[in-house]
Amino acid sequence: MVAFAKAGADAGLTFETPWTEAPSLEVALRHRYAGFTLDAEFTVPATGVTALFGPSGCGKSTTLAAIAGLLRPQAGRITMRGVAMLDTARGICLAPERRGCGVVFQDARLFPHLSVASNLGYGARRAGAAAAAGPGFAQVVALLGLEGLLQRRPAMLSGGEKQRVALGRALLARPRLLLMDEPLAALDAARRDEVLPFLARLAGATAVPILYVTHSLEEVDRLADTMVLMQDGRVVANGPVETLSMRTDLPQLAGRRDAGAVLRCLVAAHLPERGLTRLDFPGGSLLVPRRGEATGTALRLRIQARDVSVATSCPEGLSIHNVLPARLVGVEPTAAAAEVFLRLAVGEQMLLSRVTRDALARLALRPGAALWALLKAASFDQAVQLG
Amino acid sequence: MPLLLDAEGWDAVRLSLLVAGNSVAIGLPPAAMTGWLLARTRFPGRALLDALAHLPLVLPPVVIGWMLLVVLGLRGPVGAWLDAWFGIRLAFTREGAAIATAVMSFPLIVRAVRLSLEGADPGLEAAARTLGAGPLDRFVTVTVPMMAPGLLAGAVTAFAASLGEFGAVITFVSNIPGETQTLPLAIYSATQSPGGEAQAARFAGVSFILAVSGLLLAEVLARHMRRALGRAG
Repeated sequence: MVAFAKAGADAGLTFETPWTEAPSLEVALRHRYAGFTLDAEFTVPATGVTALFGPSGCGKSTTLAAIAGLLRPQAGRITMRGVAMLDTARGICLAPERRGCGVVFQDARLFPHLSVASNLGYGARRAGAAAAAGPGFAQVVALLGLEGLLQRRPAMLSGGEKQRVALGRALLARPRLLLMDEPLAALDAARRDEVLPFLARLAGATAVPILYVTHSLEEVDRLADTMVLMQDGRVVANGPVETLSMRTDLPQLAGRRDAGAVLRCLVAAHLPERGLTRLDFPGGSLLVPRRGEATGTALRLRIQARDVSVATSCPEGLSIHNVLPARLVGVEPTAAAAEVFLRLAVGEQMLLSRVTRDALARLALRPGAALWALLKAASFDQAVQLG
Repeated sequence: MPLLLDAEGWDAVRLSLLVAGNSVAIGLPPAAMTGWLLARTRFPGRALLDALAHLPLVLPPVVIGWMLLVVLGLRGPVGAWLDAWFGIRLAFTREGAAIATAVMSFPLIVRAVRLSLEGADPGLEAAARTLGAGPLDRFVTVTVPMMAPGLLAGAVTAFAASLGEFGAVITFVSNIPGETQTLPLAIYSATQSPGGEAQAARFAGVSFILAVSGLLLAEVLARHMRRALGRAG
């Protein structure tokens, strides 16, 4: 039990990462409706993708609507780069058309009476002189692969194509902030896989900060740099995805089957004779099945806690490629009574491992112990290219 | 068969078309606005407006004609004022006939516009807002195209109904050949005069042809518009 308390104290010190960038958007909202209270406060950094993550009905779409101006909360303050868009105390509430927030809705909401080209141009024609700089029509069409669709009516498009047009339309309005309300949730798995790469390309290509509402951890891993975690109308945690992925006290993340550390690495070398690729991360490297990306490409991968085992001495004769020297930093409970999370330091990187309490007792694991972390290859399937 | 009509008969056909056309032109803007108000807004008195807009559907047309006569007649409050200030007289004129038919067909347009708006996603207007479109801009570029099928259907049915309106017209503007005697009134007069059966049959034939042409035209236009809006069909 002493070990757990110590781990908790460690957690308090390790996990607070100071913001390195000034926030672009500051949000504080209070809104009560139909027995539900939204009371959310968070900031969104000036660059990158911020995921507003939480289960259905936690208030994330309401929050997004309030930022876009489509819903007026009972009390709140929303500022963009210090300028108030909403301040109920001072009676300020800018109309949506004056907020400069591009919105991609779950249902694409393309104008049915206009061609794809006219839909794309709708916001662009109305972007005033004050609009942010951004990519032009031809660039956006190329980025989202819309060349063949321009003359079609929205009714003639598939769900995935509609959503790509909606992305382009929002981007071409030259917004200062892009809001996306579960843009993939209405699509089936195949359509989702079709649109996701375009979303990642868009996120990498634009300098506009993106606030992305989702309840899919896969989309968070794939797209987001920062995460705002919501539960029952409140913000539970807010910070870089890598940092939050190491929190074992957040049931929404740690309670999942795919809970585990998210780490950033670079494609260091391809080893064609062995059919492998070497990925480097701060303080170590991994061998994974051959990958298609060029060397130097930044990747992000989630190493699930259930795919990491530990040994007290360096094992031999293993099929596993990745046996990394690690130090046990802490032991923390999981949602299952019989299992614990081991917090492991591998170089500068932290990993989580999920083991049984029996193993913990059998190996007499104590914080500070030198261990070997064994990573199963299954962990690497989900690696995604960044930007 | 239309060649068999005499000069007076042709007058009645021309007058009917003129009255129906004017009636749609007068009635369309306020009826479309009312349809939009009922479909898209919530305000105190909305239920009252809804009821008022539908009154011509449930009241006997003669009552509507009588009410118009009371209000817009030469001794009515509005009619006397119009006559004194502008020299406009509505009672017993073809302009009055157009107003009477416009009032009678008002609910037809309101219902059609309202139906087409209620079938359209209000999220489209929200999307237009986030793309920088102000109130008038999004009304013209998003709401009106959404209303278009209803405007068309409403205008065509209102035109057809105006061609056939009898009770309100005869009560408000009487039955004056060449001035207010539209087709149905001419048919009525023909049946009332000895030996007028042949004339009545010819007028009825013309009415039939006009109605069928109107229906066909409406169908063609509606199909074209559905395609333009990308809807099924």
